Amino acid sequence: MSRPLLEARGLRKHFPLRGGVLQRTRAWVRAVDDVSFEVAPGETLGIVGESGCGKSTLARVILRLIEPEAGVLRFDGEDVRAASPSRMKRLRRDMQLVFQDPYASLNPRLTIEDAIAFSLLVHGTPRREARERACAMLGRVGLDPGLHGRRYAHELSGGQRQRVNIARALVLDPRLLVLDEPVSALDKSVQAQVLNLLQDLKSERALTYVFISHDLNVIEYVSDRVLVMYLGEVVETGTAEALAQSPKHPYTQALFASAPSMDPDRRMDRLPIAGDPPNAIDPPSGCRFRTRCAFAMPRCAEVPPRLVPVGATHEVACYLYAAEPAPVA
Amino acid sequence: MAVSVALGEAPVVAVTPMSYWRTVGWRLSRDRATLLAGGVLLLIALSAVLAPWIAPYDPSAGSIRLRLAEVGAPGHVLGTDEQGRDMLSRLLWGGRMTLVAGLTPVLVALVLGAGLGVAAGYVGGITNTLIMRTMDIFYAFPAVLLAIAISGALGPGLANTLISLSIVFVPRVVRVAESATVQVKGLEYIAAARASGAGVRAIVRHHLLANVLGPILVFASTQVSLSIILAAGLSFLGLGVTPPAAEWGLMLNTLRQSIYVNAIVPALPGLAIFVTSMAFNLLSDGLRDAMEIRG
Repeated sequence: MSRPLLEARGLRKHFPLRGGVLQRTRAWVRAVDDVSFEVAPGETLGIVGESGCGKSTLARVILRLIEPEAGVLRFDGEDVRAASPSRMKRLRRDMQLVFQDPYASLNPRLTIEDAIAFSLLVHGTPRREARERACAMLGRVGLDPGLHGRRYAHELSGGQRQRVNIARALVLDPRLLVLDEPVSALDKSVQAQVLNLLQDLKSERALTYVFISHDLNVIEYVSDRVLVMYLGEVVETGTAEALAQSPKHPYTQALFASAPSMDPDRRMDRLPIAGDPPNAIDPPSGCRFRTRCAFAMPRCAEVPPRLVPVGATHEVACYLYAAEPAPVA
Repeated sequence: MAVSVALGEAPVVAVTPMSYWRTVGWRLSRDRATLLAGGVLLLIALSAVLAPWIAPYDPSAGSIRLRLAEVGAPGHVLGTDEQGRDMLSRLLWGGRMTLVAGLTPVLVALVLGAGLGVAAGYVGGITNTLIMRTMDIFYAFPAVLLAIAISGALGPGLANTLISLSIVFVPRVVRVAESATVQVKGLEYIAAARASGAGVRAIVRHHLLANVLGPILVFASTQVSLSIILAAGLSFLGLGVTPPAAEWGLMLNTLRQSIYVNAIVPALPGLAIFVTSMAFNLLSDGLRDAMEIRG
């Protein structure tokens, strides 16, 4: 395999929870805990998990909108965390983010043409050229620059706004696009249109995607490889087919079981998942999923399981598949 | 009316949308209460500016024989005060003082407060704590008490009134500016601007200020009427403008003993204060409605 476009090793971001008069740190929210992955050029890596599992934090950490506390982040071999401000500005053209909320992600005081052109102006493109490229980009994402270019975000529908968001991210000609729940706020029919647009743009511009979603159907549809997150940790990773056909981790199994199926024979014959995820402020000891796991064993509470290979590109962090007995701490 | 409503719907579907400020102007032009308030204010401002030319008498020239003339007395349309000075002339001249004392502190507070508030909100951390806790100290005193205390310490006079009232209004604007900034700063379009590589200055200029200045401006406009009342109140207490200068609050004070002799004339400066502050309130209400972003 060639050099990965994006490489993350042991990324960690804990948010302090402050309280009291002196604003002392009372607890830590472990939003992203020791997350590692690679994304090959041209690949789509899907990241799936329940709300609050740290997906969005991970997206922002990848773009260095949030500084991680530990870990290595490499983009095309370059250490992103060590980049100087000027170098970082250059890097930002190569990695862009599409946000989840099509309403909060557009400045209500800018016309959408200006919103898209802003990114170009920041990088020194002359005003006229920026406007022309913004209009061209609007056309590419399926909006009429003449009809929509001078409008404000609140005059557009959710699907149209998300197209604007995509145009804003792509106008800088990035190589990597991180999509943070890009279709979750949209209707099903609009979801399909936007997903197809994203697929077309990907092949057309040789893009690499990191696609974050809580929707397994969407993830299965767009991803080459999938990363399953639970409370800030990676519990399973593998190709989309491998995960869909034989999910290993009890959490992944439960996720697939809870996704609605069109096949009557497949319905609810697997384990349903019970309860809410525990709080990331004080996660359970050992394996974080054990409180909701049907197969929890005593050792699950002791030491967190590590990712172990169960196939060529399939890894799972669960003692059910541990080859060797876990080291007792 | 039906025609203008139909036109009102048009921009949503028509090909040419209106710019934000044109929309605001268009909404204001249809708001009768706001237009009326604006008209009244324009009249008051004009008469204050033109007082030296349109006032029929010298505002400080009195006549012992003509004290406390009734409204409608020959030669004195609004009567005379306790020293026989023409009320109309004094009200016109007094409006100059009152408007200056009402508007200047709010303008000063707008500039200082918006700067401090946006800085506190955007930078956050220790800067925020430092600025906001300092503002809280001023908040510990009721506005009137604080104005009286500072004016009392500085002594009477217009300049000192302006200083003390500015100190009263700065913390209020800072609070509004800070909370608006914190709210906008957390929105995704700010993060998107950062992700595109924009620096702090570009983000503040193009994304933050445009969305924060509106609410700050509206809040400041609501404070003008309070500022006018406070300025008049300080003069009434003898801490503001010094006699014999005409100022509405001061006129209220000097006329108050005459209320049993002539009830209408002493009420006139109060009426002027009431109408002016009411008009500012209505105007700021209309401004708030017009500047709202409707989805």
